[in-house]
Amino acid sequence: MKFTWWIAGYFIALAVTLLAPFASGSPDGLERVAEDQGFIDTARDAPYAIIADYVFPGIESEALATILAGVVGVTIIYLLLAGGTYLAYRTAANRRV
Amino acid sequence: MILSSGINFLRWDIPHPLHAPDGFFSLPVSIAGYVLAAVFIAIAIHRTRGELNERLVPMMGVMAAFIFAAQMINFPVAGGTSGHLVGGALAAIILGPWAAIIVMTAVVGLQALLFQDGGLVVLGVNLMMMSIVSSLSGYGIYYLARRITGQASKTTLFAGGFVSAWVSVMVAAIVAAFALALSGTSPLSLALPALAGVHALIGIGEGLITVFALSFIRAARPQLLQVRRESQVQAA
Repeated sequence: MKFTWWIAGYFIALAVTLLAPFASGSPDGLERVAEDQGFIDTARDAPYAIIADYVFPGIESEALATILAGVVGVTIIYLLLAGGTYLAYRTAANRRV
Repeated sequence: MILSSGINFLRWDIPHPLHAPDGFFSLPVSIAGYVLAAVFIAIAIHRTRGELNERLVPMMGVMAAFIFAAQMINFPVAGGTSGHLVGGALAAIILGPWAAIIVMTAVVGLQALLFQDGGLVVLGVNLMMMSIVSSLSGYGIYYLARRITGQASKTTLFAGGFVSAWVSVMVAAIVAAFALALSGTSPLSLALPALAGVHALIGIGEGLITVFALSFIRAARPQLLQVRRESQVQAA
């Protein structure tokens, strides 16, 4: 398969996930305000957990689990968007012909 | 959800993007968020269908993949607080506002469904903030910059990109403040200055990452900056 720009783009996104273990763990803007103003406790847990908090379950190294969560997410979203819009594009093209 | 367990704040190595968890917004506000988001997403699907072309299709996949990955990278801002890219402005500058809404909706939706990042009840409100408002406001400012300067120069791309990214984060934060106030979670007089203040800083990071990504695309594949205009030319 030819190494096109849109395959390169996928690998760039994968490379970005390698930075995820170095991400700041400080509360983000909304969390900070929620803590300061005392409504952080109104937050409710999700009713289920799949890859909760971007940590792939069952992996000892948390850095590795975070990267793997990123790789899974990047791959799903890439295939979903490129695949979904491709199908829509094909359908529209067929209708025009 | 990381927000609910205080111990997790001490863990340095877990990214946790800005998504409101369930409980932050009241049920009426959450329902209003879903209804409004559904209207905009329906328009976005309709508009994007007519714009799709051989470049826009794979570029939507690439932008979604990059924004998902970049949202995991929380960067520190002042006072023990972090922020991360939202990406609505970046997506809108490259893809146009409607395709950007599709991309951002898929990202925010996947984060809620698979990664428990952002509540399911408040998903509509999160979509309004991070997908719809950020994409439309980011695009609006960039469009203005193009109109004012009358050209698509390098300066317009970078300066316009930075400002539109900053504004998109601010507008999303203001919407969040109003949603919190309408929900009775936090009064507007407290939530608005606090959220606007911290996101004025986070917006600088958003602007820098947006300009970095735009300059990378410009250097590597400049024709991808016209991924949308091309389709309009073809349609005409």
